[in-house]
Amino acid sequence: METILDIAGLTKVYPGGLKALDGVDLQIRRGEIFALLGPNGAGKTTLIGAVCGIVRVTGGSIHAFGHDLSHHWRDARRRIGLVPQELGFDMFDTVERQVAYSRGLFGCAPDPARIEEVLRSLSLWDKRKEQIRALSGGMKRRVLIAKALSHDPELLFLDEPTAGVDVELRRDMWRQIDRLRDQGVTVILTTHYIEEAQEMADRVGVIDKGRLLLVDDKDAIMARLGRTEARFRLAVPLADVPDSLCAYPLHLEDDGMTLAYRGGDGAGKGKAEIAAIAQALAKADVAYVALDQKESSLEDIFVGLVEEGAAA
Amino acid sequence: MIGWRSTYAIYRNELSRFMRTVFGSLVSPVLTTSLYFIVFGAAIGGRMSDVGGVDYGAFIVPGLLMLTLLSESTSNASFGIYMPRFTGAIYELLSAPVGVGETLLGFVGAAATKSLILASVILLTATLFVDYSIAHPFYALVFIVLVSASFSLLGFILGIWAEGFEKLQMVPMLILTPLTFLGGTFYSIDMLSEPWRTIALFNPIVYLVNGLRWTFYGQADVSIGVSLGLTLAFLATCIAIIAWIFRSGWRLRS
Ligand SMILES: Nc1ncnc2c1ncn2[C@@H]1O[C@H](COP(=O)(O)OP(=O)(O)OP(=O)(O)O)[C@@H](O)[C@H]1O
Ligand SMILES: [Mg+2]
Repeated sequence: METILDIAGLTKVYPGGLKALDGVDLQIRRGEIFALLGPNGAGKTTLIGAVCGIVRVTGGSIHAFGHDLSHHWRDARRRIGLVPQELGFDMFDTVERQVAYSRGLFGCAPDPARIEEVLRSLSLWDKRKEQIRALSGGMKRRVLIAKALSHDPELLFLDEPTAGVDVELRRDMWRQIDRLRDQGVTVILTTHYIEEAQEMADRVGVIDKGRLLLVDDKDAIMARLGRTEARFRLAVPLADVPDSLCAYPLHLEDDGMTLAYRGGDGAGKGKAEIAAIAQALAKADVAYVALDQKESSLEDIFVGLVEEGAAA
Repeated sequence: MIGWRSTYAIYRNELSRFMRTVFGSLVSPVLTTSLYFIVFGAAIGGRMSDVGGVDYGAFIVPGLLMLTLLSESTSNASFGIYMPRFTGAIYELLSAPVGVGETLLGFVGAAATKSLILASVILLTATLFVDYSIAHPFYALVFIVLVSASFSLLGFILGIWAEGFEKLQMVPMLILTPLTFLGGTFYSIDMLSEPWRTIALFNPIVYLVNGLRWTFYGQADVSIGVSLGLTLAFLATCIAIIAWIFRSGWRLRS
C-alpha cells in the first residue's frame, strides 16, 4: 500500500533539554485512519507539530507524498490539514469568513459552494454569520475542523478532536471521520479515549515519553495482546487446579475460593476455552456460584504497554 | 515563488479586521492631529513667524503626518502579527503553504494600506485648519508608502519579538514617540543652537520628517537624497531581519 507519510528517526529536544520525541519511526498508509494514543505529555502534539511545520525538529526526516518536507514543504502543506488541540482563531470574526480565509490561505480559489458544503456537514451553516466567540465550545471545535477541511486536504491531522465534547457531538465527529474515510482522506488522530481509537482507527500507535511503543493494526493488537478474563467463584475452596484443567491458563485466588482464567487471543479463543472449562468443571463435580467474564479493552493493553515501557 | 492567493487571503483578512474597528482606528488619530493643530497651529503658530517662507501651521503638516504614520504603521503591524500569536491562531499560518514573502506582503501590505487610508484622512483633516500645498505629490506618495512599509516591517518585528502587551507598546512609546517629537515635527532643526543641532542630526526621524517636508514645500533641513537613502536602507534592514526570523523560526516555531 502507498505510504503517504514517512517519518524516520524523528527527534525533538525542546530548549531546556526536554526530549519530547525520541527517534520516532512511523509510516502512514494512504487512506487509513491512524490513532495515536498516549498519556499527557507523551509527545503526540509535538509529533503532529513537526509534520505541520509548527515545531522545528532536532533530528530525523519527514517525507510526505514522497517528498522531503524540509525542501518541498510548500507543496506538501497545501495537501495537509490540521485541527489543533487548542482553540485558536480570531474570535471576533464570523464563522463563514474564517473558513473562507483558511481556504484562501492554503492557496485554493474561492469556492462558496464548497464552503457551504463543509459548513453544512458540520452543522455550522445556521451559525455562519455569527461571531465565533458567540459559539459554544463544541461548536468552536467544529469551526476548527471546518477550517482544516476547507482546502480539501488529503492528509488530515486531528489533535484530540473530541476533547471536551459531549457524547453526542463525539459520535457526530466519528461519523464525520467515517465520511472522510469514504472520501479517501488519510486521517491521523490523537486521543486519550481508547474507545475512540477502537471505534475509528484502522491502525493504532501507542506513544509514551516520545517513543512509539507499538504500531499495529487495531485487530492485530487485540489478537496479540487481547485477553479474556474469567473468574469462577467456587462453592467450596480448592487446594489445587484440577488435573483435568491443567491444559488451561488457570490459577487459584482468594484462598482457593476463586478459579481465575486469563488467556485467549482477542479473537474468540478465550471465550471458547472458558466454555470448555465450564463443562470440565461440571464433569469434575466442581460447583461454582458465580462467573465473571470480560474482554480486555484497548485501554488495558495501553495501560499495560505504558507500564512495560516505564519498566524497560 | 509567491502564492498570490495566500498573500491575498492574509491581506484581506487583515483589512477586514481593520474595517471591523475602522471607526476607532481613524477617530483617535484624527482627534489627536486636530488637537495638535489647535494647540500648535492656532495657539502657538499665531506668534511664530514663517519657517523658511512657509506659514507655521502649514509647516507642521508633514511632521504631524509623519508622527501619525510612524506610530500607526508600527502599532498596526505589530498587533497584526502579535494577536495570532497571543490567541493561538498562528498555528494556521505556520502550517499553511506560506513563506516569508506571502506573510510580509500580506501583513505589511495591509498595514501599509491602512496607513495610506489614515494619511489621506489626516491630510483632509489638516485642510480644516490650515492652507497647505504639496509641491511634489508623486514623491510625497512614494515617500509615504516607503515610510509606511518600513515602519510596518518594524512593527512586524516588534510583534514577533514581544512576549506581552507591555513590550508591544514599549518601543513605540519609549523610543519612537520621543524621537519623533525631537525629530523636527514642530520646528526646523536650524532653529536649534549648537550642539543640539548636531545631536539632532543623529536622530533618524529628522531625515524622515524632512524628507516628507521636502515633498510638500520643496525645501528641508537635509537633502531629499539622504532622506530617501536612509529610508530605503531602513526598509532593507527590516526585510533582512524578517527573512532571518523566518529562516530560523525564532519566536514563531517552538
Ligand atoms: N513549547 C514547548 N517548550 C517546551 N516543552 C514543551 C513544549 N511543548 C511541549 N513541551 C513538552 O514536550 C512534551 C510533549 O508534549 P506534547 O504536547 O507533545 O504532549 P501530548 O502527547 O500532546 O500531551 P497531551 O495529551 O497532554 O496533549 C511534554 O513534556 C511537554 O511539557
Ligand atoms: Mg497534545
